[in-house]
Amino acid sequence: MLVDSAVPRILIADDEAPARQRLRDLLDECRETFPLAIVDEAKNGREALEVLNREKVDIVLLDIRMPEIDGMEAARHIAGMAQPPAIIFTTAFDSYAIKAFEVNAIDYLLKPIRLERLLTALGKTRVAPPLSRAALDAAANQPRRHLSVHERGKIHLVPLAEVLYLRAELKYVTVRTAEREYLVEESLTHLEEEFSELFVRIHRNCLVARAAIGGFERNAEESESGWAVLIKATGEKLPVSRRQHHVVKQFR
Amino acid sequence: MAKLDTVASINQTGTGIRLPNFCNLGVMLRSLVIVNLLLAAAAVLRAGSPQGLWEEFIAYAAFGEPILILSLVILCGARRWLHAMGYVRSIVAVALFELAVAWFLSNAAGALFPEHRGAPFAQNAFLVLFVTACVIVYFDLRSRALAPAIAEARIQALQARIRPHFLYNSINAVLSLMRTEPRRAERALEDMADLFRVLMADNRTLAPLAAEIELARQYLAIEALRLGDRLKVDWKVDAMTADALVPPLMLQPLVENAVYHGIEPSPSGGEISIDVRRLGTEVVMELTNPVAAEGRHSPGNKMAIANIRERLQLHFDAEATMKSEAKDGVYRVTIRIPYLTANA
Repeated sequence: MLVDSAVPRILIADDEAPARQRLRDLLDECRETFPLAIVDEAKNGREALEVLNREKVDIVLLDIRMPEIDGMEAARHIAGMAQPPAIIFTTAFDSYAIKAFEVNAIDYLLKPIRLERLLTALGKTRVAPPLSRAALDAAANQPRRHLSVHERGKIHLVPLAEVLYLRAELKYVTVRTAEREYLVEESLTHLEEEFSELFVRIHRNCLVARAAIGGFERNAEESESGWAVLIKATGEKLPVSRRQHHVVKQFR
Repeated sequence: MAKLDTVASINQTGTGIRLPNFCNLGVMLRSLVIVNLLLAAAAVLRAGSPQGLWEEFIAYAAFGEPILILSLVILCGARRWLHAMGYVRSIVAVALFELAVAWFLSNAAGALFPEHRGAPFAQNAFLVLFVTACVIVYFDLRSRALAPAIAEARIQALQARIRPHFLYNSINAVLSLMRTEPRRAERALEDMADLFRVLMADNRTLAPLAAEIELARQYLAIEALRLGDRLKVDWKVDAMTADALVPPLMLQPLVENAVYHGIEPSPSGGEISIDVRRLGTEVVMELTNPVAAEGRHSPGNKMAIANIRERLQLHFDAEATMKSEAKDGVYRVTIRIPYLTANA
């Protein structure tokens, strides 16, 4: 229908069935003053991202505490999209998230949600700019568990546990897993800060997953420190810079 | 005026002190240690040389140990009357009883053991009263030190025990049922009312385990409303344990932790198992839940566990134990308490 394409398309993401039902009921009541269409429902962050890959969505009602991929992480992946939908966070109670949202000026709805508050939040999505990745990163209290690769408008998730190393190349960072390589548009410095527990810097342009290190080899020709990191899964050897030479000692 | 009332009621919660339960092994052990330390101290003062010290101690022990053991046995048997008397009167009664024992030693013991010349009554009376006072003061201080755990339990009830997260999510779930399933919504609100009634009640005295289990069931019924088939519960309750006395709100916070840390973080959910059985003179409660891969710690969890541990210690001393461990993807809490009932 022609009219339908003009109204905002909404996705509901919440792990609790009654909470999704309640949002449906409220959204149905909103229709009179705020025409809308409910596209789909998702039970966690991963499902929400799958729906976004499939459908055109304008507004996501996103619960913060969900299993597997929570609302916070899902939002950070969504913010990397070329044309991200507007996000309205919902939460019953999460003192940390609420404080972080206040500090970073991110809007949210407290459950149980009132019709009037929901209408106001929906109205705001028409004028407010999409949430910035920087604000979401600042509000998050823990590192993501996936990196998101944005290819042709679709989000592809790469679990961090599968990443062997990250290498900066001009504008992009190459993400290497045992199977293949991906390009992500992030800064290596930010990645190093966020995932300092998982990765160690061996070179100005390279972070290696601690778990992927198979050993160290003397490799005088290609490396300025005389050492190279051996990647267990692929057998690749990555040069260690002179400044990061201490890493070799730390691991041996 | 209102302010004065509050102060009075706070003071009252602090003075719920009474004589310890002398049948409790921990209490007996503590009494034995204190009395023997005092006897040893007396022996050190009397002894002229290191060799004489041992003899002096033996002499004192021969005098002190029978009194101590006799006193503990009688105090254990008479604990119901003592508790019924009130704190001050029960102390007076204990003192009179110890005086009678001293009199017996001074006058009657000489007849039983002719070679043993009984010390004069005044000396025995002083010694016995002094040792008794030391023991009573020790237990008084000890229960004062642990008493805040009980007062705190009430305050924490609405903060740490029932997580605000639970309260708001439940209200939200009930709201969603209002239109489609009003009957279920009613049931859920009734369960919530019962839960909060217990939370806000005076939880200083022990309650039957059956009531605790009912409360945990009601709590899980509310959680099942919003978690649906993600929440599976396996109850194994030995009917023999229904009348066992436990500190109130011991089970529910543990079940709540299990839901929050074991079920909610998993998209497919999991099973919580609760096993309550009687093992001889003990009641053993075992609660398990799956551990999610991510280890998100919340301070509320540790606070609840620490509070339960303190209250178990206060009520049962060394006879109760609480263990928690995470192994092979399963988190397990085991509580052992002595099997006590209201009419035994």
